[in-house]
Amino acid sequence: MSDEPIISIRDLKNAFGDQVVHEGLDLDVRQGEILGVVGGSGTGKSVLMRSIIGLQEPVAGEISILGERIDMATAEENLDLRRRWGVLFQNGALFSTLTVAENVQVPLREFYKYLDEQLLNEIATYKVVMTGLPADAAPKYPSELSGGMRKRAGLARALALDPILLFLDEPTAGLDPIGAAAFDELIAELKEALGLTVFLITHDLDTLYTICDRIAVIADKKVIATGTIEELLATDHPWIQEYFNGPRGRAAVAAQG
Amino acid sequence: MSGEADFTEIDENGERVLRFSGRLTVARLGDVPVRLEELGIAPDRADISAVERIDTIGAWILHRLERDYGTEIAGASDHAKQLLHHVSCADEPQPARLDDRNLVVRTVERVGAATIEALSSLKGLLAFFGGLMIATGSVIRHPRRLRLNAVVQRFETVGLAALGIVGLMSFLIGIVIAQQGAVQLRQFGAEVFTINLLGRITMRELGILMTAIMVAGRSGSAFAAQLGSMKLAEEVDAMRTIGIPPMEALVLPRVLATTLMLPLLGFYAAIMMIMGGGLLCWYELGIPPATFISRIREVVPMTDLWVGLIKAPVFGFIIGLTGCYFGMQVEGNNEQVGLKTTAAVVQAIFLVIVLDAFFAIFFSSIGWI
Repeated sequence: MSDEPIISIRDLKNAFGDQVVHEGLDLDVRQGEILGVVGGSGTGKSVLMRSIIGLQEPVAGEISILGERIDMATAEENLDLRRRWGVLFQNGALFSTLTVAENVQVPLREFYKYLDEQLLNEIATYKVVMTGLPADAAPKYPSELSGGMRKRAGLARALALDPILLFLDEPTAGLDPIGAAAFDELIAELKEALGLTVFLITHDLDTLYTICDRIAVIADKKVIATGTIEELLATDHPWIQEYFNGPRGRAAVAAQG
Repeated sequence: MSGEADFTEIDENGERVLRFSGRLTVARLGDVPVRLEELGIAPDRADISAVERIDTIGAWILHRLERDYGTEIAGASDHAKQLLHHVSCADEPQPARLDDRNLVVRTVERVGAATIEALSSLKGLLAFFGGLMIATGSVIRHPRRLRLNAVVQRFETVGLAALGIVGLMSFLIGIVIAQQGAVQLRQFGAEVFTINLLGRITMRELGILMTAIMVAGRSGSAFAAQLGSMKLAEEVDAMRTIGIPPMEALVLPRVLATTLMLPLLGFYAAIMMIMGGGLLCWYELGIPPATFISRIREVVPMTDLWVGLIKAPVFGFIIGLTGCYFGMQVEGNNEQVGLKTTAAVVQAIFLVIVLDAFFAIFFSSIGWI
């Protein structure tokens, strides 16, 4: 069961006009792992995520999630799939006119109309607390929260439907090192507790070292390597070597002891 | 396999036991929460050994039983135990929104808040006016700091781009005034006075007033929305840090543009109204254009033109000022942009009409009747 990839991408091609972002991209995400996706700026990490979650129509190739081809799925099947993943966008993308608790309730209200008000409130609050926010953050508006708190609130909304698959787009970008480390820990903890599979785009070497089970490297329009850090270090691709053996890479290794 | 969540109540050696089955997940809960709510007597035990799958929302339902009734949860798998532990750690009641007070208190509070806001926005507007005067003073002392390009660009968007719509509106209003005037005055055989009515009301009042309303809706709202979204994107703060005073760079060109453009647009509107009315007089009353023009010159005194032209820059100033002021008041979220834009237009039109009333009294008391 766990050998069956939860996301499988074959021969993906993405392009904006003449500018080709991905060509012949293959990638598997296995059940129950945290897959870190790295790549230089502009290599299309976010585009890859957007094409998996259906916000960007690929030019060619196939993407299967939980064994279903998303390009073949009917609108209804797509909606069904959507309930089974949560997405945390780079800046949280919280609805600014709703409070944090109401943000968390949005997907619940949309999909499960039979939940009563009291239960919705309780669910929203425990989700908020679960992501490490104080309970009194629930009735606040996103604009009243700090950047780090907003990310946690975004995570609470992503987890609203108890997804089995979680997409995170640079979750630790813009956080201070302590906040970033705490966020990494939170993701690892929630992954264990809820049995999540996590697709994580990051630039943060510490995140890669501490919580990622495998890492996929995007360069030259495709995934050039996947594996653990040790496996990646064994390859001789110049970008990978520079990435992990540059001054920041070495510092991250040193920090791991 | 994919069973809906369900439970049965059974009696086991004198203990009330709820036996759960199916999938205790958000997608399959069905009426379980409602039925649990309606339980009369506290169950002693909940047996979940037959539950196929559970998620945090299912765990939360069980946690509620445990919390509210002291029900013992039995037969939980390791995964379920972990989830139960997680949700129970996160149990801190908090409303989704903090406004659960009673209606009377809320109404009184709202009235109070609205009053305070109205007064403080008036005060704020005055302070903003002061700030603008200081900025104007410093620009007069250092004329090079005037952003001529920005000003000219605003001239185009506020003035030139409005010519079409203001012209059309005015032309039509001219026709309506002349037509209504002709119908009423004909009853006294005085339809020739339609020309007096048309000439005087357009020059003195309507030309400027209608243009002011149009410009408030067109440019005042645009100013508020532009500055509001710049404020949200922290562009205004960025300007301040670089050392560009937003008052000089953003507000002054806009206010200057409305102040200078409104007299021109207003005069143009009055002329268009007279043309529209003239057309109707020719068609309906048989007054040829040459006669119409010479009558207009006889009955409209020069002071009427001055009345209009003196009011116009004041109105333009008010419109630019309120638009910019409310734009700069935007804080927090996107909804604010909409709210402040509305407020800017409403306030601008309101202030223009109040001032117009004062002007009317003023001009008649100095004898410009």
